Amino acid sequence: MMNYFPDEVLEHVFDFLESHRDRNAVSLVCQSWYRVERFSREKVFIGNCYAISPERVIARFPRVRSLTLKGKPHFADFNLVPSDWGGFVLPWIEAMARSGVNLEELRLKRMVVSDESLELLARSFPNLRSLVLVSCEGFTTDGLAAIASNCRFLTELDLQENEVEDRRGQWLSCFPDSCTSLVSLNFACLKGEVNLAALERLVARNHNLRSLRLNHAVPLDALQKILMQAPQLVDLGTGSYVHDPDSDTYNKLKSAVQKCTSIRSLSGFLDVAPRCLPAIYPICLNLTSLNLSYASLIHNSELIKLIHHCSQLQRLWILDCIGDKGLGVVASTCKELQELRVFPSDIHGVGSAAVTEEGLVAISAGCPKLNSILYFCQQMTNAALITVAKNCPNFIRFRLCTLNPTIPDPVTMQPLDEGFGAIVQSCKGLKRLSLSGLLTDQVFLYIGMYAEQLEMLSVAFAGDSDKGMLYVLNGCKKLKKLEIRDSPFGNVALLADVGKYETMRSLWMSSCEVTLGACKTLAKKMPRLNVEVINENDLIDASSDDRQKVEKMYLYRTLVGPREDAPEFVWTL
Amino acid sequence: MEGYSPQLLDLIPKEREWLVQRNEEERKHGASEENKLELRLGPPGQEEDWTRKNNSTRKINDERSLFSLGYFPNVGQSTTNTNTNTFMIQAQKAQFQLQPTTTPQGLSVMGKESSQSCSTKVADLQNAAEKKMAFSPAPAANTAVPNSSQKRTAPGPVVGWPPIRSFRKNLSGTSSSKPQPESQIVVPNKVSSENPVDSCPKGLFVKINMDGIPIGRKVDLKAYESYDKLASAVDELFRGLLAAQMDSSAGRIQNKRESEKAITGLLDGSGEYTLVYEDNEGDRMLVGDDPWHMFVSTVKRLRVLKSSELSTLRLNSKQEKVPLDADMR
Repeated sequence: MMNYFPDEVLEHVFDFLESHRDRNAVSLVCQSWYRVERFSREKVFIGNCYAISPERVIARFPRVRSLTLKGKPHFADFNLVPSDWGGFVLPWIEAMARSGVNLEELRLKRMVVSDESLELLARSFPNLRSLVLVSCEGFTTDGLAAIASNCRFLTELDLQENEVEDRRGQWLSCFPDSCTSLVSLNFACLKGEVNLAALERLVARNHNLRSLRLNHAVPLDALQKILMQAPQLVDLGTGSYVHDPDSDTYNKLKSAVQKCTSIRSLSGFLDVAPRCLPAIYPICLNLTSLNLSYASLIHNSELIKLIHHCSQLQRLWILDCIGDKGLGVVASTCKELQELRVFPSDIHGVGSAAVTEEGLVAISAGCPKLNSILYFCQQMTNAALITVAKNCPNFIRFRLCTLNPTIPDPVTMQPLDEGFGAIVQSCKGLKRLSLSGLLTDQVFLYIGMYAEQLEMLSVAFAGDSDKGMLYVLNGCKKLKKLEIRDSPFGNVALLADVGKYETMRSLWMSSCEVTLGACKTLAKKMPRLNVEVINENDLIDASSDDRQKVEKMYLYRTLVGPREDAPEFVWTL
Repeated sequence: MEGYSPQLLDLIPKEREWLVQRNEEERKHGASEENKLELRLGPPGQEEDWTRKNNSTRKINDERSLFSLGYFPNVGQSTTNTNTNTFMIQAQKAQFQLQPTTTPQGLSVMGKESSQSCSTKVADLQNAAEKKMAFSPAPAANTAVPNSSQKRTAPGPVVGWPPIRSFRKNLSGTSSSKPQPESQIVVPNKVSSENPVDSCPKGLFVKINMDGIPIGRKVDLKAYESYDKLASAVDELFRGLLAAQMDSSAGRIQNKRESEKAITGLLDGSGEYTLVYEDNEGDRMLVGDDPWHMFVSTVKRLRVLKSSELSTLRLNSKQEKVPLDADMR
């Protein structure tokens, strides 16, 4: 039957499939669908750059125009992965350049990007429109200069939270006068100066600019001039937001802001004079996204005043100095809220401000559309979590982090098993979960039983025995990523169901009870897994005792065997 | 997906109302209360949801005194208040009340804004065997023995916790330490006249003691913009303590709320108490003369004196500086 449809028709139908998962599914139906799909796929998503080689990707998808790559494991964000572990993008760029791929978009997360890679990228792909780097490292502003100079049709340069060495060059000035295609420019993570005059001219000639996020070096008076040139902005990240509120410049800023009626998303405020905040009140009413998580200098009373204006917020990222009371204000003001992130402002516990379970409960009660939360707090109770579960059954992402990782429910002194159990039972669509607090095997039983859609689970300092991990591996059929640290799971759990790992993207276990011998056994049984043992301190080699526990183990499914770029301390078994 | 599945499913109780039950195996936490928390259909924050919490916290100290929680150091916390026999659980919110029914010993009394981050204190006096601190050697490879969670009690600062990215760790109050790029236009005159509280509010915690109350508190002066706000904060801080003190000294057990009296007139001398401070030259001064920001920059500690005592204070020469806490010794 399928053969009656010419390829063009199939291709047209497949065009409607946006997600790579759908396309992957479609390509498994039969040989002809596989063939049609692979020639028509333009956007390729590779969740683990070591699962496949660039050559094979290009061979299968010759028409690829947009590539998304992810490198290091998630725990690399918290310094658990040594910095030279891997995740280099250069081989990918080289392979695509050699094959004449018409690359238009490159999105990288947690990868090592050298200046050489950026230069090669800029030279090899004249149609490059979009470069998005998230949590990457290894490049300097020289690499950015290469991109700016050579990519004539660049629409998007988005640098999010990267470690960039600032060479104090004039990278921004490298955008030629003919560059008028920019839609999105985000350099908030850069630490050094930029040429302000060049920036202003750049903004002035790029009339399609919708998203602009400045870095700390851009002062408020420059912001004012920029906003005058770009009232069409939809997303703004301020630079340094400090000035004398009685000044002329500030007044000019106020009127510039008033003209920016399209701004829906606001961030920045790394450096802020709270008395200058009223200038942004006029746009607060239209804001759907607000990120004040870098603004440690705003006192919670000012935060609260600001929040009162933001009744349309769908996404809010904030510091815990807002306090439970402040969260109460959020709950009563922001009825459209979908995503909330509350970051800790004072991790050394000298303790001026924090939030507790009360804030979370208030939010859950006031914001019926809430579906994603990241919450750093002093304490949490089972009762609160149960209440939250009842109020918000729509969570897709639920990440809780108690500042003391093994704190029990302070009221009952019980572990938080029941609370998290209620969350997974109630939130049937939960895809991502991070646990903290005192937790026994019981919570994992609940997760295995109820978290049917769970794809990513983060565990730290939790559980009592192998049973905990087994419950999860056995129960969570859709699990893709499991990361565990400092928990008593060992060889029995690791080896119980080796086939499971081929259904997952990766497993990370550090400071657990897994031994070298078990890792070897696993690697031997499963040739399509790379089982990497990372031992920085005691270099593990062939003579090591199998009974030795491994510090860090990272395993992932792969079609291309052990990688060749692994450093000395990483041993692929 | 092999032999383990049926065994695990056997362990799973049938679908049920979500009840929090005390698992018999989980007695290690020694909870003395029957805590059957039920899911309620009502909105949160109703009285009943929280009274349980309020009732239980009072009993906590004695029973938990030897209980060991996750073993984490008091990073950044001065340990002068640590009493190794008791410890504080993060049970109370910031408004800490000294309650006559609980042992005041070793309680760490914190400033109003400070929350429980300082209060994690470790006591490991309970039998180690009973608790999860037992470090057992690596078990034989094939036994699923319930391991003690030795990982969780590792001492020392924990790498990678809390799980936030490095650049977030440096956020609090660092903008003043960031180098100012040359291209930034600085307006020195105007910026300096701006209230310093606005631009660099690292918390400024000073001690505050009150006549008749043995335990002092800390206040974060950066949290207040004026003397009035400070005065009302002082009232809130000490009102309960004062009432409690009077109750216990009179030997009466009374509902705190009835006997609490607002502490007023701290600044103008009209009240029963007056606020004074010790400045950076060691002198004792009346609060209220300087502009607020100047006061904040010179104050070293605060004191709430009985107004009647003011007139009886000895006149001190410049050399003889009487420390504000002299009365306490």
